[in-house]
Amino acid sequence: MAGVIVFAEQHGGEIHPVSFELLSKGREVADRLGVELYSVLLGYNVKNIASELIYYGADRVYVFDNPLLEVFDPVRYKHIIASLAIRKKPELILFGATPLGRSLAPRVAVALNTGLTADCIDIRVDEEGDIVQVRPAFTGNIIAYIKTRTRPVIATVRYRVMKPPRRDLERRGEIIVEEAEVLEDTGIKVLKKVRDKEVRLADSEIIVACGRGLRRPEDIRMIEELARLLGGEVGASRPLVDEGWISRDHQIGFSGNVVKPRLYIACGISGSPQHLAGMRDSEVIVAINIDPSAPIFRVSDYGVIGDLYEVIPKLIEKLRSMGRG
Amino acid sequence: MGLHVIVPVKYVPDIEKVRFDVKSGRIDRSSAPGEINPFDLNALEAAVRIKEKLGGTVTAISMGPPQAESALRDALARGVDRAILLTDKRFAGADTLATSYTLACAIRKLGSFDLIICGEKTVDGDTGQVGPEIAEHLGIPHIAYVSEIREVSNDRILVVSDLGDGYYLVEMKLPGLIAVTKDINVPRLPTLRDKLRARKAIIEVWSADELVDVADVSRFGYVGSPTIVHRVFFPSERGRKAIIFRGVDAVDKLVEVLIEEGLLG
Repeated sequence: MAGVIVFAEQHGGEIHPVSFELLSKGREVADRLGVELYSVLLGYNVKNIASELIYYGADRVYVFDNPLLEVFDPVRYKHIIASLAIRKKPELILFGATPLGRSLAPRVAVALNTGLTADCIDIRVDEEGDIVQVRPAFTGNIIAYIKTRTRPVIATVRYRVMKPPRRDLERRGEIIVEEAEVLEDTGIKVLKKVRDKEVRLADSEIIVACGRGLRRPEDIRMIEELARLLGGEVGASRPLVDEGWISRDHQIGFSGNVVKPRLYIACGISGSPQHLAGMRDSEVIVAINIDPSAPIFRVSDYGVIGDLYEVIPKLIEKLRSMGRG
Repeated sequence: MGLHVIVPVKYVPDIEKVRFDVKSGRIDRSSAPGEINPFDLNALEAAVRIKEKLGGTVTAISMGPPQAESALRDALARGVDRAILLTDKRFAGADTLATSYTLACAIRKLGSFDLIICGEKTVDGDTGQVGPEIAEHLGIPHIAYVSEIREVSNDRILVVSDLGDGYYLVEMKLPGLIAVTKDINVPRLPTLRDKLRARKAIIEVWSADELVDVADVSRFGYVGSPTIVHRVFFPSERGRKAIIFRGVDAVDKLVEVLIEEGLLG
């Protein structure tokens, strides 16, 4: 019984939007392969959200509902997903390339002794009927097509790289509530949430990011004000985070967040390969920089050459005069 | 007592300088010097701090070409007690499954351990998969994206981990594995004396033969790797407008185009 399985990531009963994107991609792949699309949902009191997964394309949803599954435990989750995969023998299993997905998928892959491809930006079926995983490598400087010679093929896929899925309330499918053996003691105990993320840049539509062009930590307030007027969030390049001027939740780049907003404004960021790897897929890129030879201008739609200490206050003033904020 | 902490490290090309040969699908290692994976420095620092607090030993282990010895020398200079290099043509061409399998076998061969600390990911592979994969091979728990170690004792560790929707306090029984982010610490620089000591230290070199009693050799290297790079190419840089404004009316013009783009809606 072949199929494509999409892992539905949920936090506190809310399904992560990457799961819907995966269903839309999984639907495409399943149709090309002529197999069914399943989704697997683990959590506690999550039965009522399973139908959402059908609306986004699943033919069947396997629900594992148990108090022990309320928060993520990589060993417990792996045990259930690997057992399901052994029974259903899927061709492909997709996880979001989120902190949770990236922690879970490797364990599932090893448990099934199969290959895993990280951080894909596309999944295709080629003329030979093979599943092809597309992923950037070398800080995004090259793109690799990867095939897996074992089954199932397992991949984690980046958030917001797929086209937005369509929610179809007319879609019908089957919801199967599974009684599974849930491991009691895995050696891991999640005690409590310590804090929320300061910002979720992966979800942001508008990001105003600052870099080494900023002279003092307190000048981030100017960037915050610009972001506020535009209805966006503040991002930062690695040096500012390493200096402790702003928390790592705000970092954009290879070792921080990979973002794809509608508008990205880079202020005083020269554009190192490590930074470009985190934002080059933004829809519209604006660069403000005093150095006309800064590499950031090469990936920008619009550039302002000038001192950000003159340009940004002017821009703030202009936006205010237009009645924003 | 003290803990035996193991840190897997990787020798990587300097990613800002290295060139890629698209025809062969391989990196041109001669185009840039190699170094220890920068993310591994945080793992080493975390391990050494645990040793300073509780005593014990730190072992660094690396799989790679003979030149990877330099990454292990760096690890030794940073306070590691023992360094093992897994190098053999039979290990070459490994994907994350074969890599994690090989490292797990070598760790098993080492005997008992309490904690494995990995960096978040490597700068060249960029997967972050090897750590959790090692844990699964060894049948031990793991916690990924650890940004803070709150407490360590002989049988458990208390950490702060990013589970996706926030940061959680998580306790794990040892032996176990953690993968740490750059937030965990600021790695100290080795002193000249540390470097001299590391230069003289012995690095144990293991080939596949050393692992035969704990491993299935057919699971090493390219042969044991289910994922195959089918094609590589340079992405077509998406056409950007590259319109530059400067001078007194630059801001007005910028606002104008942002309105046209529908971004100030």
